[in-house]
Amino acid sequence: MSATNLAALHPGDTATIVSIHAEEALHLRLLALGFRTGKQIEMIRKASFSGPLQVRIGTTDVMLRRIEAAKIEVAKS
Amino acid sequence: MKRIALLGMPNTGKSTLFNRMTGGAARVGNWPGITVELLSGKILLGGDMVEIIDLPGIYDLHGYSDDEQVVRHFLHDNVPDLALVILNTTQIERQISLLLQLKQLDLNIVVMLNMADEAKKFGISVDVAKMSALLGLPIFLLSAKYGSGYPEALQAVTKALRYPTPGMAEHLRSQLEQDEHIETEMARVLKHTVQVPARLSDRLTEKLDSVLLHPWLGLPIFFAVMYLLFQGIFIFGQPIQGGVAAAFTWLRDAALVPLLAGLPHAIQGLLLDGIYNGVATVAAFVPIIVLFFLFMAMIEDSGYLSRAAFLMDALMARLGLDGRGFVMLLMGFGCNVPALMGTRVMRSRAMRLLTMLVIPFSLCSARLQVFIFFTAALFSARAAPIVLFSLYLFSFATAILTALIFKNRFKNTEPFVLELPPYRFPTFRQMVLRGWVEVRHFLRRATKFIVAGVVMVWLLTHLPLSAVPAGADTLAGMIGGALQPFFAPIGINEQLTIALIFGFIAKEIVIGALAVIYGLSGAALSGALGHQLDWVQAYSFMLFTLLYTPCLATVATLQSESKQIRFTALSLVWSLGVAWLVSFAFYQGARALGY
Repeated sequence: MSATNLAALHPGDTATIVSIHAEEALHLRLLALGFRTGKQIEMIRKASFSGPLQVRIGTTDVMLRRIEAAKIEVAKS
Repeated sequence: MKRIALLGMPNTGKSTLFNRMTGGAARVGNWPGITVELLSGKILLGGDMVEIIDLPGIYDLHGYSDDEQVVRHFLHDNVPDLALVILNTTQIERQISLLLQLKQLDLNIVVMLNMADEAKKFGISVDVAKMSALLGLPIFLLSAKYGSGYPEALQAVTKALRYPTPGMAEHLRSQLEQDEHIETEMARVLKHTVQVPARLSDRLTEKLDSVLLHPWLGLPIFFAVMYLLFQGIFIFGQPIQGGVAAAFTWLRDAALVPLLAGLPHAIQGLLLDGIYNGVATVAAFVPIIVLFFLFMAMIEDSGYLSRAAFLMDALMARLGLDGRGFVMLLMGFGCNVPALMGTRVMRSRAMRLLTMLVIPFSLCSARLQVFIFFTAALFSARAAPIVLFSLYLFSFATAILTALIFKNRFKNTEPFVLELPPYRFPTFRQMVLRGWVEVRHFLRRATKFIVAGVVMVWLLTHLPLSAVPAGADTLAGMIGGALQPFFAPIGINEQLTIALIFGFIAKEIVIGALAVIYGLSGAALSGALGHQLDWVQAYSFMLFTLLYTPCLATVATLQSESKQIRFTALSLVWSLGVAWLVSFAFYQGARALGY
């Protein structure tokens, strides 16, 4: 277990969400998509040219930009 | 009449269910309290007519996105008799939060757990009877796509409508932030009723993604797909468009001309060249719009549009747009009108407006006709392809420049966090319904505008009646003359200026207008143009044609989609300004260099 943020994970890594440091609009959206403290999250792939990330949380695949992913603190498992 | 509101998160198959319920007989309408239009349809249910309203998909009733505000205001100002809440069964463990939020509002609710077929495939099982008892709501499993479970659900809706509407107490309307207990309630309901396997096995989507979103292969495949779609619309659309035009010409020559022969010459001209041609212009767009939305429905419903957003986002984010905007921009190279209508997939209004500002710079197939004629008339066979290619470069460059300049004015505040739905096969029925609804929307919105515009240009080019049509003595000729101080510095003469006024209607008629103005056609016209103009003037004319207002149909669509005169005006003024400045810089620059 090591603390890092979601944007720093590599494809294939799984981690647990520790905390979300997002402004309210983003926070609400993340909550609705299933991002909650303690949830398992898996990095599926990262788009080339510093593009967005694809992560899997529960039964949902979500894409988000690296800048937003950096606001999500995770503990790598 | 009783009202049913359809509510749910994005990607729940809500629109598919809506289409199934209304059979595609939906209309677009305005509602109190909100500024966007919503689709609604009337159906017969248990002997009474009821109205069904398709609300935008939302994640959170208390969220800040444009759609979330629309839904909140709609519910506040138009309390429905029944809220039909659609949840995606495969994602029930998070979607149930929205249901609990809605339940707090004391609405009359029937729940549909959609995509039951997919959930079964994933091994997700739901104890519907138990969930129904725990929540105190009628709940049904269904597959809106294939129609299973649909009759039972409809029966429950009919039954629920018999109860009087509870109405919404004021304290409930204002109570919008008290969500704490929703989390625990969610856990309680889910624990007893839903079983989700530890790991979902959607091998097909994973395999497809590993190719379609491949770090190196993803983009080439995306461009190949776009190219095929583009060619598909072109190859199928062009002959149909030609056929429609031919049918209208035939009808005109065979029936209308003899029928109107008795009327005075000017009235005949107004009816035939003005109004009838306007109608024909509108009709010519129909095949392209149908095809575009057939293909768009295919891309969108299959889940590939979200993948396109994933692939192109790195570049588009820098322009203040997102990957979906790129798809629309590319489609604009076929025809701007459906591309503008297609921006509706973008849910943030600011981003949608920015994309709509950029699309008119896409070099559409109508403009291409003008350029092919001019390059053939004024450039050697070897130079012609390079000239055409340079115009495409100008098209892209101005689009990018426009996005960069306006990205702060139309700042997108919605977080870019999107679901990547699993790949699905869209049904043919879904695609056809979509195309049909969009065409009706276009016809209803654009017809009057376009016919009025065509009539106006006819009047300009034919009044006073004593003058030679489109000649220097007509109103258009006078305007052309008056505008010369503006057009002379960019090398555009009086005849070409009148052609540009025609080009405001549609670029397809620019060459035809030049034929009328010069009184020559075909080879004789290109000979005369080649004799009168040099390549610098011709290229300046092409640049102006490329960048100024695409056509009346585009303007009508900009207005009907944005519903903001100011935005439409901004788009017009900006494109005219850019057209003039670019042509000016080119023309004066080339002249200064001695060409």
